[in-house]
Amino acid sequence: MSAVIQNLVNQPYKHGFVSDIESDVVPKGLSEDVIRLISAKKGEPEWLLEFRLKAYRHWLTMQEPTWPNVKYPKIDFQDISYFSAPKPKKLASMDEVDPELLRTFEKLGVPMHERKTLAGVAVDVIFDSVSVATTYKKKLAEVGVIFCSFSEAVKDHPELVKKYLGSVVPTGDNFYAALNSAVFTDGSFCYIPRGVRCPMDLSTYFRINTQESGQFERTLIIAEEGAYVSYLEGCTAPKFDTNQLHAAVVELIALDDAEIKYSTVQNWYAGDENGKGGIYNFVTKRGLCKGTNSKISWTQVETGSAITWKYPSCVLLGDNSAGEFYSVALTNHHQQADTGTKMIHIGRNTRSKIISKGISAGVSNNSYRGLVKIGARAEGARNFSQCDSMLIGDRCGANTFPYIQVNNNSAKVEHEASTSKIGEDQLFYFASRGIANEDAVSMIINGFVQDVFVQLPMEFAVEATKLLGLKLEGSVG
Amino acid sequence: MIWENASVLLKVRGLAAKIGASNILKGIDLTVRAGEVHAIMGPNGSGKSTFAKVLSGHPSYEVTGGEVLFEGRNLFELAPEERARAGLFLGLQYPIEVPGVTNSAFLRLAYNTVQGARGKEELDPLEFDDLVREQMKLLDIDPSFLGRSLNAGFSGGEKKRNEILQMALLEPKLAVLDETDSCLDIDALRVVANGINKLHTPDNGMVLVTHYQRMLNYIVPDYVHVMEGGRIIRTGDRSLALELEARGYDWVGKEAA
Repeated sequence: MSAVIQNLVNQPYKHGFVSDIESDVVPKGLSEDVIRLISAKKGEPEWLLEFRLKAYRHWLTMQEPTWPNVKYPKIDFQDISYFSAPKPKKLASMDEVDPELLRTFEKLGVPMHERKTLAGVAVDVIFDSVSVATTYKKKLAEVGVIFCSFSEAVKDHPELVKKYLGSVVPTGDNFYAALNSAVFTDGSFCYIPRGVRCPMDLSTYFRINTQESGQFERTLIIAEEGAYVSYLEGCTAPKFDTNQLHAAVVELIALDDAEIKYSTVQNWYAGDENGKGGIYNFVTKRGLCKGTNSKISWTQVETGSAITWKYPSCVLLGDNSAGEFYSVALTNHHQQADTGTKMIHIGRNTRSKIISKGISAGVSNNSYRGLVKIGARAEGARNFSQCDSMLIGDRCGANTFPYIQVNNNSAKVEHEASTSKIGEDQLFYFASRGIANEDAVSMIINGFVQDVFVQLPMEFAVEATKLLGLKLEGSVG
Repeated sequence: MIWENASVLLKVRGLAAKIGASNILKGIDLTVRAGEVHAIMGPNGSGKSTFAKVLSGHPSYEVTGGEVLFEGRNLFELAPEERARAGLFLGLQYPIEVPGVTNSAFLRLAYNTVQGARGKEELDPLEFDDLVREQMKLLDIDPSFLGRSLNAGFSGGEKKRNEILQMALLEPKLAVLDETDSCLDIDALRVVANGINKLHTPDNGMVLVTHYQRMLNYIVPDYVHVMEGGRIIRTGDRSLALELEARGYDWVGKEAA
């Protein structure tokens, strides 16, 4: 029987190819000189270099966090290259993109060519650390939406970047956020002006291609008063025997009556079935509901990475603001995930909702870690949390670490949790009704993640369902 | 009902099975013909439930001897899901709870899988909804069942009714009902028993595994078997069940010894 479950969860990784593209790589190692070199290569203004150096100096005083429920050998931060860009770098139009790069994205199914683009989705592509192409820029500009690479934003909209960069995740926030702030090379920037409902979903695909480079991208999204945007993020990486570090920072700012919906399907290479290789995904994502009645909603489907350390959070500063976190985290083989959210209630009548679904298979370990904090001023704050775990087979682990701090008597906080298991008895029950194991697992998993998947935009939901299927279904027949 | 010349559905000869290192079944012989109702009774640990699960192919049990023919086919050559598609149904003593999977989705997948395997027409969600509601009315089951998660948070009685609903939809040749009467109060027992009676035809057979004779007040068995120590030690008609009710199981074992 365990052989059946074994087969069900053994699926090769589809995105594990390496693209043969000439890259401009900075030698391994980290120092103030390397940071100056990165900044110079990107032709950055002095204030940004200062931002980086301040972060670096802070980082030098910090320790790697050891509290997550994950195990890995100590990372040698001098053994990583902090900048890798495909050449040629400056592109006037899509035609100048390296054809090998385009083929890479075709293999990935990324709709980069405008004519091939899914209707209604604008795409920014980050390859290793550099943004390669942003589609639909013109159409978005007509309504005043700025959607471009982070580097372009620094050049074209320095006042916005300067105002908001580091305003939600300060340079010294945590070890990996500080590292990112020192060395980030590119990322996405998105600005929705007052009262504008972004006419299409915005999308970024991230790809790590070089074996010894880390990926440190920075995403900054600002929704002005009454604005709305739905933003999608997808990630893949080739297979390598070594581990690559991915330490991104995402900052969201929602002003009065604004809403940001941020969806991620993360499928970084997870390592092989023996736990060799894979991405270390150490990411800081945080949204600030700055204005009254603002809303930020995170939806994540985490299926990849050897190790995931990630807590997309909401700071509910504005009165009546709302934060949501919907998560499916799947771990298989030797993957480890310690993921969850923080909901920080500061304003009055703030509301938050957490729906977390963890699926563990193989010998993996999957932890939910979440903080719900109700500040003294947060009259009438409400939170509802539901954390469900599902175990497939009997060699994996699931943990829930909910932290609740309430400093206001009028607050209402609810937490529900459950653990279930797909084992012999469930599969036998389905089989005794004529349903084969593979269909049973698929039905049980799809039912389990339903509450989260309904939050995903349609195309993403289809992709995510397929991805879960790929990760879990297999050669039973 | 016993019919002359009725076809043999199930033929069990010398069936032996174990779980882990312990031998549970030690040589069972049983023949079930179309139209017949068999009751298998016996004390706790006599092997009744194991027998039911072995017939359906539960992976925890290992068959160590004997043979089972289902309509002439070697049952042990079929995977559990193939046995179900071939028309063998197991009503579980403890139906499994599956949160997140709606009852209606589960019922439809089971129905269409079995229909497809039998070369019959599969139904789309709307057509299936009509069918299942009709069956539920027949079995006196509340329509709210459909939207709920499969068995999740169901009372014991609701779970058992749900098993009978599945049986009604899958139209098995042979239904093995493992302690379907446990967890039922008197009213629920009558409802479930009436449902089983409605589904019983001259073409199908029933094997009721039970501790108590009370269900047999509603479903009249043609044969009553007493199991002990992994064997059938006595076979009789309905009067045997009444005698067991009055005298307990001890005397059967002593007489058989």
